[in-house]
Amino acid sequence: MELDPVFLSRLQFAWVVAWHILLPAFTVGLASYIAVLEGIHLFTGREIYLRISMFWIKIFSVSFGMGVVSGVIMPFQFGTNWSRFSDATADILGPLLAYEGLTAFFLEAAFLGVLLFGRKLVPPWAHFTAALMVALGTLFSSFWILAANSWMHTPAGYDIVEGRFVPRDWIEIIFNPSFPYRLAHTVTAFYVTTAFAVVAVAAWLLRSGRFAAEARIMMSMTLWLLSLLVPLQILIGDFHGLNTRDHQPAKLAAIEARWETARSVPLTLFAIPDEASETNRFEVDVPYLASLIVTHSWDGEIKGLKDWPREDRPPVAIPFFAFRIMVGIGLLMLAVVIVSWWLRFRGRLFDTAWFQRACFLMAPLSFIAVLAGWTTTEVGRQPWTIYGLMRTADSVPPSLSGAEVLISLLGYVVVYLIIFPAGVMVMANFVRKGPDSIESDSPIESGRPERPTRIQIQSEGESS
Amino acid sequence: MTPVLDFVPIWTLILGAGIFFYVLLDGFDLGVGMLYGLAPDVETRNIVMNSIAPVWDGNETWLVLGGVGLLAAFPLAFAIIIPALYFPILAMLLALVFRGVAFEFRFRDSPHRSFWDHGFCYGSAIATFAQGMMLGAFIQGFEVEGRHFTGSALDFITPFSLMTAIALMFGYGLLGAGWLILKTEGEIQAAARRHGKVCLIAVLIAIAVVSIWTPLMNEDIARRWFSWPNIAFLSPVPIATAVSAFGTWRALNGKSEAGSFIGAVLLFALSYIGIAISLWPMIVPYHYDLWEAASSARTQAFLLVGTLFLLPVILVYTGWSYWVFRGKVRGDGGYH
Repeated sequence: MELDPVFLSRLQFAWVVAWHILLPAFTVGLASYIAVLEGIHLFTGREIYLRISMFWIKIFSVSFGMGVVSGVIMPFQFGTNWSRFSDATADILGPLLAYEGLTAFFLEAAFLGVLLFGRKLVPPWAHFTAALMVALGTLFSSFWILAANSWMHTPAGYDIVEGRFVPRDWIEIIFNPSFPYRLAHTVTAFYVTTAFAVVAVAAWLLRSGRFAAEARIMMSMTLWLLSLLVPLQILIGDFHGLNTRDHQPAKLAAIEARWETARSVPLTLFAIPDEASETNRFEVDVPYLASLIVTHSWDGEIKGLKDWPREDRPPVAIPFFAFRIMVGIGLLMLAVVIVSWWLRFRGRLFDTAWFQRACFLMAPLSFIAVLAGWTTTEVGRQPWTIYGLMRTADSVPPSLSGAEVLISLLGYVVVYLIIFPAGVMVMANFVRKGPDSIESDSPIESGRPERPTRIQIQSEGESS
Repeated sequence: MTPVLDFVPIWTLILGAGIFFYVLLDGFDLGVGMLYGLAPDVETRNIVMNSIAPVWDGNETWLVLGGVGLLAAFPLAFAIIIPALYFPILAMLLALVFRGVAFEFRFRDSPHRSFWDHGFCYGSAIATFAQGMMLGAFIQGFEVEGRHFTGSALDFITPFSLMTAIALMFGYGLLGAGWLILKTEGEIQAAARRHGKVCLIAVLIAIAVVSIWTPLMNEDIARRWFSWPNIAFLSPVPIATAVSAFGTWRALNGKSEAGSFIGAVLLFALSYIGIAISLWPMIVPYHYDLWEAASSARTQAFLLVGTLFLLPVILVYTGWSYWVFRGKVRGDGGYH
């Protein structure tokens, strides 16, 4: 069997980035949640918010640490497996990625330490500011990474000189056509994912009958937030879809599994797309709906895949199904939110067992929705790394063989399958102990020694 | 398109300093990680690990900055060197992952403590060995056609790179021992002094071997060092190295607590300068120099704006956090 270095490199990138994206999906939202909790505690003085915040800060520190170690892997992937892509695009993407690194470092260095260890070292307002800055830092990181990613989908502001992309206008490069939509859609997705994780933990605590007061606050707060964000996310998703229609019509055709360009297009709820015969099997259609969704008119035109030569088409089945998984989970989320209004109105929000079970299941599903959405957009970008300009097949190093990529892929698979379950176990242990166990833990916090407070006080007296 | 200003020198300086910071900072904590394997009991292991626990993740972030900095400022070097070092980079990254999570999980996942203990020690050793091989392969140069590496993924394995790999293990070991002398006392400090002496002897042998081997491999390098008047201008480097080595030895044997670490840092700085002199102005030895591998002036200028603001802040904060965690480390996690 011939091992294809391009295909294996794609698998490897998908593997390392899929695991990595789960961490920002959680930490970006959690950082903001912690900032909100710290803020409420600061302004109302209610101690319960402090307990909830300290509970989540512990979990945050584990996931942030795992984000750092899995993040160190990422920039090197651009070199080891995508060197020709890097050579061609670094003048544009290099600074965006470097700014992400600097921002993350800045945040890590300057404010995370204060947030994790400085509660007794600095005044409360400074600790709250640190929490805000950590939250802001994660958002800046998302900003730069998504600017770089969006540019690969909708390149702008560049010139091509001797086969390499060089910058012409940085504003156009950063605020490229798909960036605002992608940023809004992704960050909202991160917030929604975190919110469902918080709801799930609250539901679990309520069901286990412990820390009911904390769990009620967590559940109530986040369900209000989701009441706003889930409908908003569906709206943003719609705008993002219109943007894809304008800038990446082939991706949209794959998502909807449309082969022929047509008007008044039905929405295919289910089908098995067959790329060889350029048709769908077992189609289940709703008339006019695709035109309505994609063009906002009953007889709008949607381009079909046959408008592009075969070698320029993305795979069809993966974006088609991944998109339906994402939207399906999104609709389930909406259902949970609507049910929560009803239960709240009836005063049964905190003691309905089946609802708590449903909330618990939504947490893994919300992470799956993030992965499905990301799969839709990235597989839909194929066969290009820079949409319409640079092919994925031309992006790998000429020196690389399939067997070599297979070895590295297996290495990443084995190591990730050890550390990620271990990390989840550690976080699950925190959840099991609940929000009360904050003060009485081991002297070692996140592998770091005890409070800097003690060190300062004690080092005053001694000079050894 | 025509560059008004030449940003290459300043980026060379920033990246050169960045890589040196990484080598120094992660060097001592990787060294401590290797010496961790020699610790006789749990109490000692706790102290050894706690001596670097507050600072290691900051140290490792320099690796990311080095990587993306190289990508942004000298993309051609990134696109040739990184694929050429495919396997050592893979080994380093996987080892660093294990080692990084070991800090957290050793305390949180006590049923598997000995697994994470091993992960920490072997992870540190493998990451160091891999970095040493990269250094050797870099000095020897790469097979390049056009803008691509065209050699094989196993080209990096040579007698020279094996030698630099072992040398770097002793080098980081020396830095680690110097750090432990600074941060611990009693029996642990005495053991660090013993380990430091073994490492120092090995490091000096390695420096001597590289200094002879490199000019023998490459005539240009030989000419640079040994032709007149260069030999006079450059003689301070070997002389300073000898003085630093002598000072380090004295510090390891004497009472000085900071001397060994400072001596080890000086030895690293001088070796780094020595390699820089040998290779200047090459960044992809022996094919492309810094200017040929640089990104466009617009790219370098755009990144410079933020870097000149963020980097000093990062440096000041890093310095401050080392100051906060100064003093001796104890087994129960506190400092005193």
